[in-house]
Amino acid sequence: MGKLTIGCFSSLVGSMTLDFAVKLAEAAVKKGHEVDLWLSGNATMLGKTRQSKFRDYSYLAGTVEELIKTGKFQITICEACAKARGIDKEDTMEGVNIHSMDWYLASAFSADRVFHIGGE
Amino acid sequence: MAIKKYAFIIEKLPYKSETSRLALTHAIASQTVEIYLDDGDNVEPVIAFIGEGVLNCLKDQKALDIYGVTSLEMHIKNALLLDLRVLVCKEDLEKFGLTEDQIVMDAEELGAEITTEVVPYEQIHQEMESADHIMFF
Repeated sequence: MGKLTIGCFSSLVGSMTLDFAVKLAEAAVKKGHEVDLWLSGNATMLGKTRQSKFRDYSYLAGTVEELIKTGKFQITICEACAKARGIDKEDTMEGVNIHSMDWYLASAFSADRVFHIGGE
Repeated sequence: MAIKKYAFIIEKLPYKSETSRLALTHAIASQTVEIYLDDGDNVEPVIAFIGEGVLNCLKDQKALDIYGVTSLEMHIKNALLLDLRVLVCKEDLEKFGLTEDQIVMDAEELGAEITTEVVPYEQIHQEMESADHIMFF
């Protein structure tokens, strides 16, 4: 089984790009692969706690929580991007990591495949 | 021991979104990636501006004065200071009627020893071909 690193920079609300990234991660984990999901820029909001489920907006927190439980999925948000948006450790869901940007590059280093999924 | 080449390809406009800024900050983060890697392993970054992305390289940006944020010009200069290769697509620069005099070509005032390279797209394509990972912004 391989390791997949996905970097995503798009917002949870206002774009379906993050939905795609999480669906891709879910499919890879179901096939037995390990996935690192790096969230930078507006994508950091996926790590936020207390997200609400409305039919008009994407809701990925439930899927992310299930993925974390598998032990094959790491979700990490960019420290600077998060802090700039007022998101600190206490504002993030349990199991969501916070690192600086070099962590993403290091994850890509050891990945079998990297999917860098752009910004807005 | 391995060196992996990452190509940071920047196509987005400056300031319209955060994208090109994130490209540069991620590329610069390659300077500290070693702390996560095994001894001898490292990342070799190359930054290339293509399409509308070449507009990130314009000189005399006033982002700090107007928006209170670091300019993309400053980030490019920091990249040069850190010896990151910065390439600008020659054809796309010409498409916008720009010349080397109008873009950030060096960071001499900071002490940078390398300069921006204006190169044909073919060379940027080769850089992508030889990269282990392409980060497209």
